[in-house]
Amino acid sequence: MTAHQPSVKATKIAGGVHTDQRHDSAHKHVTGEAIYIDDMPEPRGTLHGCLGLSTVAHGKMVKIDLAAVRTAPGVVDVLTAKDVPGVNDISPTGRHDEPVLAEGVVQFYGQPIFCVIAQTREQARRACKLAKIEYEELPFVVDIGGLDVEKDKLVTPNLTLTRGDAAEAIRKAPRRLKGQVRNGGQDHFYLEGQISMAVPGEDGDVTIYCSTQHPSEVQHMVGHALGVPSHAVTIEIRRMGGGFGGKETQGNQFAALAAIAAKKLGRAVKIRPDRDDDMTATGKRHDFLIDYEIGFDDEGNILGVEFTYGARCGFSSDLSGPVTDRALFHCDNAYFYPAVKAVSAPFYTNTVSNTAFRGFGGPQGMIGAERIIDEVAFATGKDPLEIRRKNFYGTTDRNVTPYHQTVEDNIIHRIFDELEQSADYDGRRREIRAFNNNSRFIKRGLAITPVKFGISFTATHYNQAGALVHVYTDGSVHLNHGGTEMGQGLNTKVAQVVAEEFQIDIDQVKITATTTGKVPNTSATAASSGADLNGMAAQDGARQIKARLIDFAAEKWNVEKDQVVFLPNRVRIGNQEIPFGELIKLAYFARIQLSAAGFYKTPKIHWDRAKGQGRPFYYYAYGAACAEVSVDVLTGEYMVERVDILHETGRSLNKALDLGQIEGAFIQGMGWLTTEELWWDAKGRLRTFAPSTYKIPLASDRPKIFNVTLADWSENRENTVYKSKAVGEPPFMLGMAVYHALTDAVASVADHKLHPQLDAPATPERVLMAIERLKAAR
Amino acid sequence: MAKAQPRSEIRFLLNGEEVALRDVAPDETLLDYLRLRQNLRGTKEGCAEGDCGACTVLVGRFLAGKLIYESVNACIRFVGSLDGTHVVTVEHLKSSDGRLHPVQRAMVDFHGSQCGFCTPGFVMSLYGLRMREPNPTDAAIEKALQGNLCRCTGYEAIVRAAHAISDYGRASKDPLLAERNAVVARLTAMRDGVRVEIGSGKDRLVVPASVDDFAKLLNDEPTATVVAGSTDVGLWVTKHMRDIAPVVFIAGLEELKSISEEKGVVTIGAGVTYTEAFETLAKRIPPLGTLINRIGGEQVRNMGTIGGNIANGSPIGDTPPPLIALGASLTLRRGKKRRTISLQDYFIAYGKQDRAPGEFVEAVHVPVPKKGTHFAIYKVSKRRDEDITSTLGAFLIEVKGGVVKEVRIAYGGMAATPKRASAVEAALLGKPWNEATVEAALGEFAKDFAPLTDMRATADYRALAARNLLVRFYAETTGTKAPIQVSRAA
Repeated sequence: MTAHQPSVKATKIAGGVHTDQRHDSAHKHVTGEAIYIDDMPEPRGTLHGCLGLSTVAHGKMVKIDLAAVRTAPGVVDVLTAKDVPGVNDISPTGRHDEPVLAEGVVQFYGQPIFCVIAQTREQARRACKLAKIEYEELPFVVDIGGLDVEKDKLVTPNLTLTRGDAAEAIRKAPRRLKGQVRNGGQDHFYLEGQISMAVPGEDGDVTIYCSTQHPSEVQHMVGHALGVPSHAVTIEIRRMGGGFGGKETQGNQFAALAAIAAKKLGRAVKIRPDRDDDMTATGKRHDFLIDYEIGFDDEGNILGVEFTYGARCGFSSDLSGPVTDRALFHCDNAYFYPAVKAVSAPFYTNTVSNTAFRGFGGPQGMIGAERIIDEVAFATGKDPLEIRRKNFYGTTDRNVTPYHQTVEDNIIHRIFDELEQSADYDGRRREIRAFNNNSRFIKRGLAITPVKFGISFTATHYNQAGALVHVYTDGSVHLNHGGTEMGQGLNTKVAQVVAEEFQIDIDQVKITATTTGKVPNTSATAASSGADLNGMAAQDGARQIKARLIDFAAEKWNVEKDQVVFLPNRVRIGNQEIPFGELIKLAYFARIQLSAAGFYKTPKIHWDRAKGQGRPFYYYAYGAACAEVSVDVLTGEYMVERVDILHETGRSLNKALDLGQIEGAFIQGMGWLTTEELWWDAKGRLRTFAPSTYKIPLASDRPKIFNVTLADWSENRENTVYKSKAVGEPPFMLGMAVYHALTDAVASVADHKLHPQLDAPATPERVLMAIERLKAAR
Repeated sequence: MAKAQPRSEIRFLLNGEEVALRDVAPDETLLDYLRLRQNLRGTKEGCAEGDCGACTVLVGRFLAGKLIYESVNACIRFVGSLDGTHVVTVEHLKSSDGRLHPVQRAMVDFHGSQCGFCTPGFVMSLYGLRMREPNPTDAAIEKALQGNLCRCTGYEAIVRAAHAISDYGRASKDPLLAERNAVVARLTAMRDGVRVEIGSGKDRLVVPASVDDFAKLLNDEPTATVVAGSTDVGLWVTKHMRDIAPVVFIAGLEELKSISEEKGVVTIGAGVTYTEAFETLAKRIPPLGTLINRIGGEQVRNMGTIGGNIANGSPIGDTPPPLIALGASLTLRRGKKRRTISLQDYFIAYGKQDRAPGEFVEAVHVPVPKKGTHFAIYKVSKRRDEDITSTLGAFLIEVKGGVVKEVRIAYGGMAATPKRASAVEAALLGKPWNEATVEAALGEFAKDFAPLTDMRATADYRALAARNLLVRFYAETTGTKAPIQVSRAA
């Protein structure tokens, strides 16, 4: 990069906070110069690994014959469970239920059993196919329908939230109903698949370049698997080609195996699974089956609710505990329940262990909330919008959640008011009614749905972050923090914060690869927390250095400290201004420490899981979407005609990046609820393991008219970084508007008298079958 | 054909460099070649099956004497098929002084990348579009991007960028145009008109010099794998790791690329790609044009051939049902012998076609529907674009005096082969074309089809949707103004 001379006359720095700074890697993305792990130069003699996967859903391995694998061309070694030098476990929550390589028993179709190491990736892949493994097949559970939280196996202890006496409230309510809604899981489909490259070092150390959202956890898992202390393992990641939660824990396995092989063979080892293997052997969003019972009155006021949230967790706990907890935390979405009981049921199944995915159970939780709203609307013959409004949290009363946190920052009313206006909901509702009356085969539907999403890790200790800030003697800044870049623009936002603190142009700030060697004990870049946590930590680091600079300047120039002011690319000291770089040079000669480790922990939060009470969330993020669809009643095919979104990110650090997050999250949420379907055959084999069979949205699936607005009046009440709010996950759930618009369109075939009971993903097939059910029942 | 010595190297132009390869494996993909051998790692592997577009590059080739550039999936394109072409990767776009190409600048300024992994592929697809349509419509952009998946942006920013590209420089000043004459000269110099033969046994690949050469070759080596577009065979290698040698690459045979019309019959050479066929078919048999736009993504349509779609005998190939409904026939050739059979008779059973060893599909003959007939194709899939069919119905009907005079209906996805709905047709033929007749015919579907349940759809859905397509077809023939399908049109 050519040296840039910062302007010392500028009234504003380039690229400070609240500006539309471009993604720091945008130029490299478009030229192909951005380096992902598979693009790095391989050390001489690098070997390649491929995982051998189980071919049954559940079974005892009675004979494992790998002779042909071992003698296949190019094969250097074949690892099995006995080659794991430390503990054969990568359970991220310490439940010891997830082996690196299966031993004795396989518990899902696609479970890794062995790992071939060969000269080339192709040789490793071909050799894998030569394994002969005999199984004694065992009964398996794939579907959670009919499982019982009291009797059936859970992968982790479940959670119950209660406020008031829900059973009594339902019993006493003028009207009651019961029902069930199912929603499917979701593959992350990060465009860059899982990958790790391990490079052995001296003293038995190993450095792993791993596409992960959670370098510290990879470090710990690899340490356990190798049986070495954490200091012997370094994890580095410059950027991921997408994460979405799929690289929070799912990289552990590949990193551990690459590290084991690299140490054993003394050579660099890279493992990059084929897309089919990646989709077969790594976890996904949890599918849920939600049972509900509601008590309400004729006006549509909800009086009491009981929920059971059953989840297909797969064969191990992974993150299913916190995911199913978060589902319960969002069983209210934006609605006040006078009395509520919600129970989670994290069921064991013989499927891949499900994991984090953008929203982390929150979306599934909200599916329950929005379903009961629709049910009440149909039961009372009112527009769902009216029922939504009626049951929203209040601002001064009716504002306590099922987990006893008071909602202090509720702005959903204003969001709804503005969106209803800008989207012309009433006018279009009338138009659609008229259209549907005159259209036999194509029916339109309209819906507006809210989002209120809790921000913070519910595991309180994760809400901490570190950063490392170096100012070099030329005034340029080297910045490192514990967050990871997966496309969301975290590095850009954190650099904006540091630029703003020092009042220097952003190109004076260089963000480098995340590595456990620079910032230790980091939390996953997850829970939408990246900028909130790491931005604050970096700010703290910058402020420490600034404080030293202020002390230094005040003493040297003999002025009061408040006479030292950081202006764009310069510092005013008393009556004179000197360039930032010059001050730094002087500070260096005066032996001022120009490096700092920043730290941040989120205040105010606490959570008592046993009691089901506390304040797990620092604040909430809000938004709403209005969607219009057209549906073909002959085939169930549909089109998203128009979507209007109003979403808030507080005082946005970067509106351009936030807009990208909102648009992208919405489409991903829409995909989850429409065309993205996971399908297992009768033998428990996942058959949708590639983009040819698993259909994420295309450009031609996006709404024909797509209006996305940031609520620029919003500001975080809490003291977050520059009063901004998190943006990663909340807009994902705006996709629910499409699902409810489909429900509305389907309902039109029975004059909106019957609830369509449309499950998700609402594929054309599910839509058509719902239409058929209504036609038969009307 | 002069008996010239075969050449034992594949020659092509890679960005600015001439490449001559003697050590090409018959199953070596362009993507592996770029990434592993050339260390050009801007081109990414996302899926290795031609569905995500992260590996998109442009391939320039002569079509009817003109150099054209098309987006293709490097992951399923074999190096052996590149003889005489110009391969352009994302690394070629930046100018020598470091300035970004207009497509790249627009993508940067409009925040078209997030994680960036799919981005080089999008850049190349948009570049391909720009060379055809400098000021594209929304529909053209969506079509050009059907084969590119992005999981971050939701596409909106990319489409905004696509619209803005023309503001960053005139397409007529594009570097690939500026160097065009030089490229044409270099490619022309590579074309010596001889057969290319490399390796033997499991390493053998052949690029025949002509169709006659190909016919002879296949007759001599009937077990050879014939590769036209490689949109299917590519996956045999990348996904199933099958050994496919010896391989014969026929994509460059211009003689298989002719499209002609005589006496109301359009003849399409077996090597004609979907993209090449589009213009003629969209004009002469419009529903086929509409259908082609929903087959694969742009990259697949730029490689895949209608001949291949027929030859591989898939029960869910999209072109056979409409071609059967239209009464298409095939010319099959073995050595110098040719025979013509009806397409319908070509499909015998699952995985079994009426094609003898050493025989290949040379051309397909498609009668244009007569005036007064009504023809429609309806494809149903989970996702609208770039998805494999759940069920596809093709309907050809001639109604005279209110009575069904001729009817041909064929479906895909409903049986082990593309198949006529004979019982349904029988219930319609000679009857008044009205709702009651259609209603009666719906009851006959069960006699024609017992579809399967798989990951794309259940048997029940397939059966129901297939029946309903006849209802839709009836409505379409009544000329109703009310919409009968959801549409992408604004």
